[in-house]
Order: sequence, then C-alpha cells, then structure tokens
Amino acid sequence: MADAQQNAKIDRPIYRNIGLAQLIKYRLPWAGKVSILHRISGAALFLMLPFLLYLLDQSLASEMSYQKFQAITGHVLVKIISLGLIWAFLHHFCAGIRYLLLDLEIGVEKADANRSAIFVFCLGLALTALVGLKLFGLY
Amino acid sequence: MPINQIGPKRLVVGAHYGLKEWIIQRVTAVVMVVFTIVLLIDYCITGSATYEGWSALFSNQLMKLLTLLFFFSLFYHAWIGIRDIWMDYIKPVSIRLTLQALTVLYLVACAAYAVEILWKV
Repeated sequence: MADAQQNAKIDRPIYRNIGLAQLIKYRLPWAGKVSILHRISGAALFLMLPFLLYLLDQSLASEMSYQKFQAITGHVLVKIISLGLIWAFLHHFCAGIRYLLLDLEIGVEKADANRSAIFVFCLGLALTALVGLKLFGLY
Repeated sequence: MPINQIGPKRLVVGAHYGLKEWIIQRVTAVVMVVFTIVLLIDYCITGSATYEGWSALFSNQLMKLLTLLFFFSLFYHAWIGIRDIWMDYIKPVSIRLTLQALTVLYLVACAAYAVEILWKV
C-alpha cells in the first residue's frame, strides 16, 4: 500500500490510446520486448510461408531441382533474407518454449521472468549467429 | 440462466472463451518442437547435406507422417496467432472479417502445397 502511494506521487507519463509517436518513447521491459518480437517474428514467418514451401519443394522434387535450390540459396540476397527468417524462427522457438515453461508455472517470479526474457533474447541472437556463420561458409 | 450473461443459451464472454484455441496453440507448438528436434538429430547423424540423404529422409513413411503433422500444426498455430493479431489491431468488423477470411484461404492454399510437396517425394 505504501509503495502504491509513493509511486502515485512520481510524475509518470500517462499512456492512453497509444499513438505511433508515443510508441517510440515507450520503454518496454525485457519480457515485453521478447513478447512483441515473438509476435513480429511469427508474422514474418507467416508472410514468408510460400517462399519457404517453395524452397522445400525445390529441395525435394528432384536432383535437378535440388541444384536449383542450391543456386537460389547460394545467392547473397537470399542468404540475407534467410538469415532474417532463421532469426525469426529461432527467436519464436526460444520465446515459445519460455511461454510453455511459464504456463507450467516455472519461472513466473518477477526477477526470474526478467532473467529468462534476457536469456531467450540473447539465445535467439547467438543461435542465429551460429547458423549465420555456417550459412556464409565461415566454418 | 442468470440475466447478466449475454448469450441466451451460453456464456459468450469470460474466462473459458478461447480456451480451446489456447490449448491448440500449445499442443501444435509441442508437435513443431518435436519435429525440429528430429530434423536436428538427423542433421547431426548424417552431417553434410546431399539430395539422396535429404529426399530419403522424407520418403520414409514415418517421417512423411510426422512432416504432415508438423505442417498441419504449423498452419493451425499460424491461424490462431494471426487471428490474435487481427483481433488486437483491427477494430472495424468488416475489415477484420475480410483479413481473417483471407488468412484462412492463404493457409489452406499453403496446406495444399505442403501436401503436394510431400506427395511427390
């Protein structure tokens, strides 16, 4: 109760019907950042489904189409787009597992949830870097 | 039925509405995690990728079923997720309904393509 009264005294910005201009200034906690990135990565994967299915089709249809698949994915621009999608998948994957654990009431304490959000965000980037190095033939 | 509940026959708002979608979202997620792990294990065993190895993996009957299960899970999962996005940001019913209908058609078309891809292997 004392906390609530103390907080009320601080002159905080009030956000009602958030507009785009306010959205930039809005400082999200890590869990919030992971959450909105979960949504954005999911939407990106959804939009790129035909492209991903096309790649799978080319990779499986025949020996010839497999060579075509290699030629397509060998292009630098396609590699960059793929790397973006790989991040989207990995972030969505890691953040999704965090949500499944939260549903099982694992790590729901405020400090734990904050830590796991930072961990998931970094893990997504680290795994993307790992796959990216392979994708661009650095190992 | 108490009068404060909106529908004449059933409760149309409140804690249980959307529970089915919530559960399906999670079940389909687990299916996709399993499929991802299977692919990862295969990659670790076979190492370098060749057409023979890659197509042999998907011509296996069990793998074909798992892949199809993965795809149907993916499309249902995507439907619930995208539906949530439309419900959060698009308020006019006519636009929301149009976008939702287009989403369903898009995902059904993707599902047909996925079946065709696996059929050929």
